[in-house]
Amino acid sequence: MDFLYSVTADPVLQIVEDPVFFLQIILEGLMAGVMYSLVALGFCLIYKASGVFNFAQGVMMVLAVMCMVTVYDAGFGILLALLVAMVFMVGLSFAIERVVLRPMVNQPQIILFMATIGLAFFLEGFGEFIFGGSSQKIVPTEALHIGRDALLIPMFGSEIRLQQLDLTAGVCAALLVATLALFFQKTTVGRALRAVADDHQAALSVGIPLRSMWVIVWSVAGLVALVTGIMWGASSSVDFSLVLIAMKAFPVLILGGFTSVPGVIVGGLIIGVGEKVAELYWGDALGGSIEEWFAYVLALVFLMFRPQGLFGEKIIERV
Amino acid sequence: MIYRETGQYKATYGADQQLFPIVQDRYFFFAFMAFLVIYPVFFGSDYLFQVVLYPVLGLGLCALGLNILTGYCGQISLGTGGFMAIGAYSFFKITTIFPDLNILIIFIFAGLISALFGILIGLPSLRIKGFYLAVTTLAAQFFVEWCINRSDWLSNYSPSHTIGAPPRELFGFLVMGPEAPGSAKYLVMLFIVAVMTLFARNLVRGRIGRSWMAIRDMDIAAELIGIRPLFTKLSAFAIGSFYIGVGGAMHVMFNLENVDPEAFEIFSTSFPILFMIMIGGLGSILGAYMGAAFIVLLPVLLRNAFPFLGIDIASHVIQHIEFMLFGGLIVFFLIVEPAGLARLWQILKEKLRQWPFPY
Repeated sequence: MDFLYSVTADPVLQIVEDPVFFLQIILEGLMAGVMYSLVALGFCLIYKASGVFNFAQGVMMVLAVMCMVTVYDAGFGILLALLVAMVFMVGLSFAIERVVLRPMVNQPQIILFMATIGLAFFLEGFGEFIFGGSSQKIVPTEALHIGRDALLIPMFGSEIRLQQLDLTAGVCAALLVATLALFFQKTTVGRALRAVADDHQAALSVGIPLRSMWVIVWSVAGLVALVTGIMWGASSSVDFSLVLIAMKAFPVLILGGFTSVPGVIVGGLIIGVGEKVAELYWGDALGGSIEEWFAYVLALVFLMFRPQGLFGEKIIERV
Repeated sequence: MIYRETGQYKATYGADQQLFPIVQDRYFFFAFMAFLVIYPVFFGSDYLFQVVLYPVLGLGLCALGLNILTGYCGQISLGTGGFMAIGAYSFFKITTIFPDLNILIIFIFAGLISALFGILIGLPSLRIKGFYLAVTTLAAQFFVEWCINRSDWLSNYSPSHTIGAPPRELFGFLVMGPEAPGSAKYLVMLFIVAVMTLFARNLVRGRIGRSWMAIRDMDIAAELIGIRPLFTKLSAFAIGSFYIGVGGAMHVMFNLENVDPEAFEIFSTSFPILFMIMIGGLGSILGAYMGAAFIVLLPVLLRNAFPFLGIDIASHVIQHIEFMLFGGLIVFFLIVEPAGLARLWQILKEKLRQWPFPY
């Protein structure tokens, strides 16, 4: 009975008693959701253009930001550091296309997925080998003009806190999505990428070079990874445990649908808010830190009703 | 010359369908089994047992379970660590509640609990497939990790949720716990592994195994020819999880002996076992053990190779190299030989049949 009360009535009472706090939680959840969406965006891009579910995206994110921070710490300017990181990511996508993707054209998607798991392990070992495994690095927030203060907004006689960092992440995500939308809709390359995403063979037959398209899309995903890595790195520190963040992006992806950029954003927000609210109001009743699996269960429940995710394309299968 | 099947006529269906239709194969197999029993018992050192034999047998059984699920039925799972944890913790719990129960029966019960959970996790597979499903199996992994980290009851109120192998006897011999002789534990493991492998071998070539493969190759087509997807997928989840549960329980009780929940983490458990079946060969029983041996032995080899060559190298650097090698090998195998080590073994046998002629 106690348990039932603490699961059903108690959270509702808490929300009614302190609506400003609830609003605060929702806002925090939305901000966390934006961060999740940023990670998931990289996955989504690559999946759209090449049909590969890139498990290595999390490692790519850490590698990008590691590279940038290492160059910056060596005494070079922040612009140069960003540039080096970008060049590094583009070089990496060239290498991945040449070594992994090209020999595996026409393999089933699931085999490509497994290959990216191998790639993730390789890149993690490689990154730890080069940048040092145990070292923690700090993202130079001042040099990047990212504020770290909290804004206080008065509301209903009490206050709501907003982290500047979260706001920056939100603006970044909005800018990224807008740029990507423009890029995909308005440029020749973007149109070619959409064609590749639709059908590899048809795209090839009208003269779209598949290989260079893959390099482009992996590079774009690498740049998104760099931005994401900076944001996540700024909120804590940069080391290889950040790879686990990518795990948080999976439920976002399956919730929103693998192929949809808006889906990724909405999915991220749902997961972010759901996680925070569930943890604060239901967490104690269920045993604490349910954040670890809540997102997955939420996504799983969604999947039962919409197997293609919220905004995913309808799955049509033929024999 | 030696490996030639000429003149081996089969007069009955039974003879034609036996596990080793070629006499040489049969002799080789029995000789190999005899070697596996005799050599370690008489000449096995603790190092050999703990570094090579226990992990290969325990993790090999887990890899076999995953291979049933992923290799035969095509349902990719990343939650292996979770099922191993379920097997290990249920074994521990049952054996502390009923100390006098035969441990072989407890292993079966541990596997059954894991199988039950596997069916539960398999339910979404009816609606979703591919990596959507892979991600939902992660839910199982994280949920189980969370459960064993939260529940004091599961680990008998040990402060860090650690479970240990209690001393247990089988038919009057001490076979479990820190005091038990290495060869006794080894023989029990070998017995369980041999029986379960034989069972799996017959399962996959029977009706149920063929329906798994039909579902794997194209589930809609399989459904059209009358294979029930519900029963087929869930049976693969149940049987695969049963094997993983028993394998996990054995790996913990005989090999590790003391574990905390972190031992079942995704990067240290689930992925290496996935690598075992990818390197060993998807959809091959022999491949599961070959892959297990490969993944277990590679780090041992690396750790010994560098000092042997006179290169002084820090242990964490070796670990990084290990990661790179694992990752590189996965990609290499997927490109060059997607069917894995088991396929290489088959090619070797084909070549041996023709030897010394080129074709």
